Amino acid sequence: MAIDSKVVARAAHLARLRVDDSETAELSARLNDILGMVDQLQQADVDQVEPLAHPLEVSQPLRDDRVTEPDVRDKVLPLAPASEDGCFLVPRVIE
Amino acid sequence: MSHSGNWEVVIGLEVHVQLATESKIFSGTSTRTGDEPNRHASLIDLGMPGTLPVVNKEAIRNAIRFGLAVNADIARRSVFERKNYFYPDLPKGYQTTQLAEPIVGAGEVEVQLENGDKKVVRIHHAHLEEDAGKSLHEDFHGQTGIDLNRAGTPLIEIVSEPDMSGAEDAVAFARKLHSIVTSLGICDGDMSQGNMRFDVNISVRRPGEPLGTRTETKNLNSFRFMEKAIALEVARQIDVLEDGGEIVQETRLYNGETNTARSMRTKEDANDYRYFPCPDLLPVMVSEEEIQTLRDELPELPDARKARYIEQYQLSAYDADLLSGSIATARYFETAAEHGGDAKLAANWVMGELAAKLNAEDKDISDSPVSAEHLGELIQRLKDGTISSKIAKQVFEACWNGEGSPDRIIEAQGLKQMSDSGELEKIVDQVIADSPAQVEDYRNADDAKRKKKIGFFVGQVMKATQGKANPQQVNQLLQQKL
Repeated sequence: MAIDSKVVARAAHLARLRVDDSETAELSARLNDILGMVDQLQQADVDQVEPLAHPLEVSQPLRDDRVTEPDVRDKVLPLAPASEDGCFLVPRVIE
Repeated sequence: MSHSGNWEVVIGLEVHVQLATESKIFSGTSTRTGDEPNRHASLIDLGMPGTLPVVNKEAIRNAIRFGLAVNADIARRSVFERKNYFYPDLPKGYQTTQLAEPIVGAGEVEVQLENGDKKVVRIHHAHLEEDAGKSLHEDFHGQTGIDLNRAGTPLIEIVSEPDMSGAEDAVAFARKLHSIVTSLGICDGDMSQGNMRFDVNISVRRPGEPLGTRTETKNLNSFRFMEKAIALEVARQIDVLEDGGEIVQETRLYNGETNTARSMRTKEDANDYRYFPCPDLLPVMVSEEEIQTLRDELPELPDARKARYIEQYQLSAYDADLLSGSIATARYFETAAEHGGDAKLAANWVMGELAAKLNAEDKDISDSPVSAEHLGELIQRLKDGTISSKIAKQVFEACWNGEGSPDRIIEAQGLKQMSDSGELEKIVDQVIADSPAQVEDYRNADDAKRKKKIGFFVGQVMKATQGKANPQQVNQLLQQKL
């Protein structure tokens, strides 16, 4: 797949990154280079290889179901731009 | 609008089940509800830089328990992924969930329909994920308040195959899932608190035709709303198609108060979630031994409980179904039956008087003012002849109103059935002496008529004893004396 400025703009929007129109040409060229490399990887024969979810050959340690985290509301709420009645405030979101 | 010809309805469900763990799925924060906003939102839940998730063992075990209960394959290895989207109640900017390698694979659930038919609904898979926080739109003068207490609460999302062909199937399946997860003890099952939430995928087609375009009605949190929302959407789709229109694949929101639904105008690219394996979490491995232990420890499931009620208590299939479906009802019934020493009486009371009262006051059986032990005591008194069934209802009422245990109520209000035949005899004699005309009438009647006419005297005696006499005993005495 080739990446054009439209795809770059969409990816930037999904990631909430501000990308200037002047930057999209260069970005798409660089992303296309990366995809070229991916294409090369695609040619490898992986029929006998399990998909890799993580490079380490260990499994997830699990924790017991106990409450260990303290209430930090009074410390974190003042860090937000706006808060009220214990809630973080954000611009109105309507579905 | 009436619809022409046959339409087939195809329904699949996605069910979110909140797991009843103490702490969240990726942090040691309490999952308690009902507290002030953001009291249970730790740095991990808030998505602060530098924090790392650690998986809650009990969440994994609960998901496996569900899988075992629906005869599903349990993945020895499952992988958490990031589902990326921006929303204020999702502080990390992604939901940690499972996609390609979920913990529970294909399984199945058997449901019973109202006409007694059985139907199998296949489970496609079930995966583990975290819940989001809550957005509060009221009371913040034009802004939205965010409460992250719920963020990170463990969920399993159960995805069914499109095996249901109408609202009845779908509701039966949903109820069965509710029964299974509450019997397993992995979910509190309080629908009003959002412990279980249903997304319904609906499409319609003419028989024999390929599947139609489906819509998804999201976040239904009661069986009744689910039934209504399905009826509404099926009718809408058929209307559109019969008018020559096309169904647009979309997400719809149902409003239970107005029984209406509307399309959620989500942007086209909002569904590009760019999933990838979460680099902060390693694959979760489950050993054969662990699975076997969980299998051995599985509690009694609804189907087994129903079979036991029929066998052990000689209940009808219908009664057994009603009493075994909800774990709360089942526990109540069994305790009442045990304390009362009579399962059939207990079944009748639970499905009769108690159900009617609970219904009338919109109460859950776990909040019943009459405890199962008290109902058992009442049944005991009924069985040993201390009270008549008429008085029993009066005692039940008093017990419901918080006047104490049945024994105390019977004692305090002097409701004991008159068992002293000497005292009863006096009253019978008195009634006979007071009603010479009726006595004359009775004596002149033939046997068949007498049976009717004796009712008058029984009534008089019951009135004189305020219902405390044993009707059979009264009948006997009257027959002797008249």
